[in-house]
Amino acid sequence: MSVFILRRLMQSALVMVAMAVIVFFGIHLIGDPVWMFVSPDMDQQDIEEVTRALGLDRPIWEQFGYFVLSALQGDLGTSFIFGEPALGLIIERMPATLELAFTALLMAVAFGIPLGLYAGLYPDSAVSKAIMAGSILGFSLPTFWVGIMLIMVFAVILGWLPSTGRGDTVDLFGVPVSFLTLDGLKHLLLPAFNLALLKISLVIRLTRAGTREAIHQDYIKFARAKGLSTRRIIGVHLLKNILIPVVTVLGLEFGSLIAFSVVTETVFAWPGMGKLLIEAIQQLDRPIIVAYLIMIVFLFVVINLIVDILYSILDPRVRLGDRGA
Amino acid sequence: MNDAPTLQVTDLKTHFFTKAGVAKAVDGVTLSVNRGEVLGLVGESGSGKTVTGFSILGLVDQPGRIVSGSIRLNGEELVGKPEADLRKIRGRKVAMIFQDPMMTLNPVLRVDTQMIEAIRAHGDVSEEAARERSREALVRVGIPSPDERLQSYPHQFSGGMRQRVAIAIALLNEPDLIVADEPTTALDVTIQAQILYEVQKLCAETGLAMIWITHDLAVVGGLADRLAVMYAGRVVEEGPVDQVLDAPLHPYTRGLIGSVPSHNRRGARLSQIPGMTPSLLHLPEGCSFAARCPRADDACRVMPPLEGFGPSRAARCHHPFTAENDGQEIDLTFNE
Repeated sequence: MSVFILRRLMQSALVMVAMAVIVFFGIHLIGDPVWMFVSPDMDQQDIEEVTRALGLDRPIWEQFGYFVLSALQGDLGTSFIFGEPALGLIIERMPATLELAFTALLMAVAFGIPLGLYAGLYPDSAVSKAIMAGSILGFSLPTFWVGIMLIMVFAVILGWLPSTGRGDTVDLFGVPVSFLTLDGLKHLLLPAFNLALLKISLVIRLTRAGTREAIHQDYIKFARAKGLSTRRIIGVHLLKNILIPVVTVLGLEFGSLIAFSVVTETVFAWPGMGKLLIEAIQQLDRPIIVAYLIMIVFLFVVINLIVDILYSILDPRVRLGDRGA
Repeated sequence: MNDAPTLQVTDLKTHFFTKAGVAKAVDGVTLSVNRGEVLGLVGESGSGKTVTGFSILGLVDQPGRIVSGSIRLNGEELVGKPEADLRKIRGRKVAMIFQDPMMTLNPVLRVDTQMIEAIRAHGDVSEEAARERSREALVRVGIPSPDERLQSYPHQFSGGMRQRVAIAIALLNEPDLIVADEPTTALDVTIQAQILYEVQKLCAETGLAMIWITHDLAVVGGLADRLAVMYAGRVVEEGPVDQVLDAPLHPYTRGLIGSVPSHNRRGARLSQIPGMTPSLLHLPEGCSFAARCPRADDACRVMPPLEGFGPSRAARCHHPFTAENDGQEIDLTFNE
């Protein structure tokens, strides 16, 4: 097990190096940030001074070498706009995004599994057909449009829920969170649902497919032949089997929840990392973009590792050997 | 105890109401099993053996249901009982063993979990007491180091061991009847022999009644006390196993026996029953075997009743191979 984790960490480090190279050189193709800092009345000398101040006068390989050296010391560069360390800015915004993503994940499980289970157990009922039709909508409608519609209906027309910001926050272990205040919760509801919709649909379909398949397995019939109650058969025998793919997929999707939150955060003006990224892209704030993408890759790597470990707990047939990933 | 059979099934009809029509999987099955007796239920695939087994446990799934007939367990009528009552009977009075041991145990639950839950579903038993009983059941079916095995997952067992675990689970609540649906078909021959031996011993020792569903006449010949042959949802012949195998009354039984490979006819072409099992959706009028039967005539357009031949035998045929009309030993009537 420890050998397995060690190997995985080494592979992860390689992935992150590759990512850093691609991002660092790729970002140089999307415009020169110097032009964001100069005004029309500056002369050539002023412009060159700004370029030097940002370190953009050096050749790109030299810039990259400098970036790698600092990155190894935990410094992913300083934001052009804020003049603060990029990593610090991202970490400062991270709790808001994580809170949104976790809430969305929770919603995906809380709505997706029971609805999928129902649709799988009673495939011919009208309710099940409605659930499946709803999940197709959840898959197909674009996130930003659903977000705008949610705001239209619940914030503008009905006026039940606020449409922007995090609302009141309280500190939990020194980290500001919204979900512990009523106002914060109200603010959280719409963006989290918006973000969760796609995952709810996914979990519904996975759970339904798993249920349809498992219900005809001999072990379910054997469990019935033992005289077990329906509750135990569905709650233990069935659910434990269908949770395996659901956990795997959800774990992998959690990374994309964080990445997708860019859209939701923009629509709902949620002050998280995604919103920071969009602003950084608009202002060509290269250090923030690079630091953000490296953070996301890091999160993906960590999440995948956790999923692998969880998977081995759920499915006894999987033992994490040291044959690598 | 009493003379009443452990299980008495009378004119059972289990039909499946599919979109294509009504499939009469079981269409008038009558059979009985006594205490300590093994009844072999044989027939080809689709003859309704398994559906009969599931009907006895009340486990027929939609779109199937028991249309009519009676299933009496120790005199108690099971047909029409509410699901909650049936649940209490399943696993306690009637247990079932399935064909494929690789599929019957839940792959993600430990063996002890699966055994203890079977005990605790039928009574207020403490966890420790249930574990002890599970341990004893494993010992009884010949599983070495039971304590260690209880902690294992099904994938850590071989096929034969898994089937033993399944049998141990069936035995946990000391049922009156076990329905075994081709339990040794998926196992290799040596394991099969061991399991057959243990099952025979159990029935003799405990008075357990058993229905052994199979299409393997060789297995059933050595194991069963009586034999019931099914064809297209009906029992076509029934009687003591030796008599049925040595002198079959029904042409179908004779065809089945003739299609078993044997040493005596080495090199000879194996006899086949011509034609195919009729579709359960469109069963012909009269005897359902008539279309494949060399003895069929106009009389067979009417369904023959299950008629008694002597004290212990019965067959559903207008032209049975009885001593009067058929002096010869088994010949290969079906060979062209």
